[in-house]
Amino acid sequence: MVKKGLLVLALVMFSSSVFAASGKNSIQVKGSDTMVNLAQAWAERYMEENSGNFVAVTGGGSGTGFSSLISGTCDIAIASRNIKEKEVALAKQKGINPFEIKVALDGLAVVVNPKNPVGKLTLERLGGIFSGRITNWKEVGGEDKKIVILSREVNSGTHVYFKEHVLRKNNPNSQEEFASSALMLSSSQAIADEVANNPAAIGYYGMGYISSKQKAVMVAKDVKSEYIAPTTDNVISGKYPISRPLLIYTNGEPKDLVKQFIDFALSKEGQEIVVKTDFVPVK
Amino acid sequence: MRKIKEFFIEKLILICGLASIFFVILIFLFLLKEGLAVFKTVLPSNFLFGSKWYPISEPAQLGILPLILGSLLVTIGAAIISIPIGVACAIYIAEVAPAKFKEILKAGIELLAAIPSVVLGFIGMVTLVPWVKAIFKLPTGLTALSGSIMLAFMAMPTIVSIAEDALYSIPKTYKEGALALGATHWQAIWRVMLPAASSGILAAVMLGLGRVIGETMAVMMITGNSAVIPQSILQPVRTLTATIAAEMGEAVVGSEHYFALFTIGIVLFILSFAVNVTADLFLHKKE
Repeated sequence: MVKKGLLVLALVMFSSSVFAASGKNSIQVKGSDTMVNLAQAWAERYMEENSGNFVAVTGGGSGTGFSSLISGTCDIAIASRNIKEKEVALAKQKGINPFEIKVALDGLAVVVNPKNPVGKLTLERLGGIFSGRITNWKEVGGEDKKIVILSREVNSGTHVYFKEHVLRKNNPNSQEEFASSALMLSSSQAIADEVANNPAAIGYYGMGYISSKQKAVMVAKDVKSEYIAPTTDNVISGKYPISRPLLIYTNGEPKDLVKQFIDFALSKEGQEIVVKTDFVPVK
Repeated sequence: MRKIKEFFIEKLILICGLASIFFVILIFLFLLKEGLAVFKTVLPSNFLFGSKWYPISEPAQLGILPLILGSLLVTIGAAIISIPIGVACAIYIAEVAPAKFKEILKAGIELLAAIPSVVLGFIGMVTLVPWVKAIFKLPTGLTALSGSIMLAFMAMPTIVSIAEDALYSIPKTYKEGALALGATHWQAIWRVMLPAASSGILAAVMLGLGRVIGETMAVMMITGNSAVIPQSILQPVRTLTATIAAEMGEAVVGSEHYFALFTIGIVLFILSFAVNVTADLFLHKKE
């Protein structure tokens, strides 16, 4: 009994010393689910090239990333929306200085089932659909079917971005909200699956999730403008109206390992990974 | 020496026993401390009976009536499905089934209890949800009904095993007396055994429902999570538990939203506490 106890104690001490040693050259990355695959791809390549350094990537949503940056439990917050003033104030209180770096771009695709005859919408109509003013597909030229709105949960940067840019049209005084009947799904994949199976559904997510089972709607800024498809070229040229920056936040200007990792993300190789994970490079 | 040993072991067990009570009290105090802070900014009546839940807007709208009703609707639906089946199953196992088959059934039910809720949720998402959508011709299958059906599976093992125990613990003489008076087997079960075991069965039902109301993962996956006041069981709903699980990760510590989630925790705590106390009352009545 005593022997066993000693063995356990020794094991605990050994493992904790190992973790303590690895603590110095490890980076915690946390935040946006949209960016998780991208950050993971960066981390894997980075660790291949710099063996001994360790990068841990976890998702949870942009808000989750910010709250852990503020509470000091991660080194890098990945985010698909800008940090809010409230969050900056809270961070300052805790002695943390959020520093923003743009690492990639993303087009937000609005998707419907391929059987749905509706293929293009204006921002105005999108706002109407997602805020619940337009409830039937026939109002926008489709079949006589109730629209099923799919949204991400409130912890998602995609949710916040979509609300601010499509529902509220960048107007800070707007009180538009997602319709309360909107289904809140916990991941982009869940939205993709539901859209693939439901001819009456409409949802939104990063371009990377589009597959042949969903149809991406072409979007126009207003009735007079051209309808634009969410493609890499259209996002780079700025024609596609719902595109957003993908950001990295650190505490103060990045240094040491964190800087090395971000430099890698912005390098030619890092930006190639951006293209491979279906996002749009900044350089 | 032996006495000292005895003394220490007794005290150790005492401490273990008190520890659980101590932790419950600590948890409740923590919930109260964090949860009551929300009432500095929102009136309790607006919080409990407000019909809009937009926690991250400016200003935030924190009304949890749709969430409470969502939780209740899913729970009542699960109760309607699981109670008749569960009690009937318990009667069958306790009274009717041949000894060999009984063991198989019991093992099967224990297996049902062993399925993790996230697995049930996943199975529900890929099988049940499309069926519900097709059968009722709904715009979406992510509804309260889907959640109720899946949760009924989760409540069933608790209901069956406790109700079965209750039926077992009735003195044999009751049944023998009824049969001796010329009652059929069914009459003996329905008129004598069920009433005699009623308090135990009610306790079983309550404990089963206690599990349902606190269940999170499966409901989050299959009820659609839209915070509207439900008009029918064929609509998406958002439950109290799913709201906490989905939003806690994002809520900034110390924000209004964060406190509101703790208050939802208090509401949930009170609900399931009430259910468990009722169950306990019934159990003690039996004794």
